[in-house]
Amino acid sequence: MIIEGMTVRFGTFTAVDDVTLEVPPGSIVGLVGESGSGKSTVAKAVCGLVPYTGRVEGLDPRRIQMVFQDPYASLNPRMTVGASVAEGLSVPKARRAAEIERLLSLVSLPTGLAGRYPRELSGGQRQRVAIARALGAEPSLLVADEITSALDVSVQGAVLNLIRSLRAELNLSMLFISHNLAVVRYVSDVVAVMRKGRLVEVGPAEEVVGSPKHDYTRELLEAVPRLGG
Amino acid sequence: MRHLLRTPSGVIGLALVAVTLVIAAVGPAIWGQEAETVNAAAALQGSSAEHPLGTDHLGRDILARVLAGGQFTVALAFLATAIGAGLGTLLGVLPAVLPRRAGRLVTGAVNALVAFPALLLAMFTAVISGLGAKGAVLGIGIAFAPSIARLTQTLSASVASADYVAAARLLRVPRWRIATRHVLPNIGEPIILNLTAALGSSLVAMSGMSFLGLGVQPPSYDWGRLLFDGFSRIYVDPMVAIGPAIAIVAAGIGFNLLGEALARSVARAPVGGKQAVGKGAAMPSSGEEPVEGAVLSVKDLTVTFPDGVTPVRGLSLTIMPGEIVGLVGESGSGKSMTANAVGGLVAYPGVVTAGHMSLCGEELSTLSEAKRRKLLGTSMAMVFQDPMASLNPALKVGGQLAEVSLVHQGAKRPAAWARAIDRLRQVHIPDPEKRARQHPHEFSGGMRQRAVIAMGLMGTPRLLIADEPTTALDVTVQRQILKLLREVSAEAGAGALFISHDIAVVSELCDRVVVMYAGRVVEELPVADLVDGASHPYTKALLASLPDMETDRDKPLASIPGHQPSPADVGEGCAFASRCALATDRCVERPPLTRYDAAHAVACWHAETRKAEVAIG
Ligand SMILES: Nc1ncnc2c1ncn2[C@@H]1O[C@H](COP(=O)(O)OP(=O)(O)OP(=O)(O)O)[C@@H](O)[C@H]1O
Ligand code: SF4
Ligand SMILES: [Mg+2]
Repeated sequence: MIIEGMTVRFGTFTAVDDVTLEVPPGSIVGLVGESGSGKSTVAKAVCGLVPYTGRVEGLDPRRIQMVFQDPYASLNPRMTVGASVAEGLSVPKARRAAEIERLLSLVSLPTGLAGRYPRELSGGQRQRVAIARALGAEPSLLVADEITSALDVSVQGAVLNLIRSLRAELNLSMLFISHNLAVVRYVSDVVAVMRKGRLVEVGPAEEVVGSPKHDYTRELLEAVPRLGG
Repeated sequence: MRHLLRTPSGVIGLALVAVTLVIAAVGPAIWGQEAETVNAAAALQGSSAEHPLGTDHLGRDILARVLAGGQFTVALAFLATAIGAGLGTLLGVLPAVLPRRAGRLVTGAVNALVAFPALLLAMFTAVISGLGAKGAVLGIGIAFAPSIARLTQTLSASVASADYVAAARLLRVPRWRIATRHVLPNIGEPIILNLTAALGSSLVAMSGMSFLGLGVQPPSYDWGRLLFDGFSRIYVDPMVAIGPAIAIVAAGIGFNLLGEALARSVARAPVGGKQAVGKGAAMPSSGEEPVEGAVLSVKDLTVTFPDGVTPVRGLSLTIMPGEIVGLVGESGSGKSMTANAVGGLVAYPGVVTAGHMSLCGEELSTLSEAKRRKLLGTSMAMVFQDPMASLNPALKVGGQLAEVSLVHQGAKRPAAWARAIDRLRQVHIPDPEKRARQHPHEFSGGMRQRAVIAMGLMGTPRLLIADEPTTALDVTVQRQILKLLREVSAEAGAGALFISHDIAVVSELCDRVVVMYAGRVVEELPVADLVDGASHPYTKALLASLPDMETDRDKPLASIPGHQPSPADVGEGCAFASRCALATDRCVERPPLTRYDAAHAVACWHAETRKAEVAIG
């Protein structure tokens, strides 16, 4: 998939300014940047959730799924976990329950949660439900907007591993947005750094992290929290 | 309900509505006969002891007629409101379901109709559809529909922009299904609240129609008709008109007040609809004495929900002044529940018990509700992950901060405003005078979180509880907020409880780390010892699974197999046993939290710790 010259304007404010970025099939492109830099807007535009100028080419728009940043807003509070996960399923009714169970275990959730409501779940549990829901639609591009910021490290590892293995098995490409550079570095093949609506640096993950060319990338790298302070 | 009764307008509204409904329910049965009793000899009398509101031209008692006519009046109002609600909701949801252009047409039509005077519209419809109760009810229903449609549209527009609707659209869920499953259920509550107030208005409007002769026709009667009959005699016998007028006004105001109070009580309910649990808190008994000088000392804190759901199990925690304690643990381990229990925010039907729970040396469970509220309001500040949960989107930021001083410290308005600006400056919000006059949506995420922290600083907090305050923020902003929290706790000498699932963030900010698993503390140690002193298998696994800038990208990340037991089925033994590589037969018994030295405690039978050797040798 390729994004070419994407620009998104809200009134007079330009949230995304002429962004060109390629996500080769089966690869993961990480997008980092400060809050308000336009990362989430790129994600929404790619999914067709906000109007943009420019082009997104090279894949069936119906096979794009998104996992959202805020696990409190991404699940309908009046629907059970099972019903939410079932929304994207196209399996016959008889196999639906089994499929919901499979998806819940895929994201390390107890299958017993299917009958519960989001308010009974903790933030991290909700986010995993949202991931299960997206995976249920068998996407070819998964847009993940800060999906690990609400996950525990102990599960984050499993989810990142899972996402990498899904990519390998299903040829799943992914636009992976995160403020956590360590996570982006680990999971992505290519890292793109965004600031004020523009891409300031794009390159292979190790290169961008190992020898950053832009001052802003260096600043981001320094802000990464490290164990032991 | 308690919220409702806290304001005078809520009490008055509820009382008026209750009286109206009782009269409507029993009126015809009790006074129906008397209301119809013709007595030509007593025709057209004024107010007297026998007929407090006088009699009409057939000598019927007007008071009896008012009381008996309540049922018809209220029923007509209900009917008109129901028509308005049905029609309005339909019109309101249509734009969300129809194709874009048709949707815009409906929106435009609704907007035009809203601008049209409702009573004119009602009269117009009534005249067209024929005089009488039926026409009037229809007219008023139609007249109300546009404003309800607009309300529905506004509400559904906000629901339609929610992430879960976006997700459903991406999943190609059909439009009508999005409307019925996602939009309608989530806007039902505010609409129903609004309808309560609408009932009042439609009762008054319906009476107005009858009064104008466009509504109920004799021999039927409602309050409006009674007013019409009495009006011609108002200069001679004022009571014959004033009686029905009072009934109409009282019922109308009652429904309006109640609707407003209901809406306010829903808006005011603390974060996430949580409620303080007062009675559930146990008396201090078995617990040891609170730790001397601690800002927070909690012993054996337990939070339970029905069906054996117990998210927090006998947790003890001490925070000293100036100390920042990090609470880490995976999602669902009970971190937020612990914070909420301390802050008195556990949702009904949750029950909080504790050996002791003392804030700044005051035992919370023995304080009266009012005193507890005051102590929590002035000595404790809470910051949540989502700053919008603590900010009202409709009010200016400065005003919301000042409100804290007005309510808790009884400050005067200018002083409160000045303090608000001062606190915004303290949290490094540039140009605080200007920012104070802005609404939360004009702030960036990081700035909103600063504003919430500033709000916490309006009092003189001794304890700061921050539940994942930086999770939604990116690293650079996160760093600034962490610095701010440290600054604030140092300046105010306040203790802080910092909740996070990110152990790296905790290790940067905190002095001490408390690790939670399945509702219990499994390890407690100084941050400095975290990297090579951690000895609980869970803590160690947590540290190992953290990717950093040097992690090998070709190997899978370390992760802990299995998952944490849900708070309803934490067994007898060590809760971590099913995921633990070191588990043995002994682990079917739960290991107690054992203290190796003043700062390090571990709950594990096989914690191979240097500290243990020190303790033994
Ligand atoms: N009202 C409720 N009824 C029943 N169970 C509840 C309720 N609220 C929370 N729980 C359960 O209590 C447990 C602890 O929740 P809590 O929010 O304290 O977790 P947490 O450690 O803060 O997690 P996270 O890191 O995801 O925020 C969860 O398993 C949750 O499902
Ligand atoms: S007590 Fe046993 S099961 Fe529990 S953490 Fe220690 S070794 Fe593992
Ligand atoms: Mg939490």
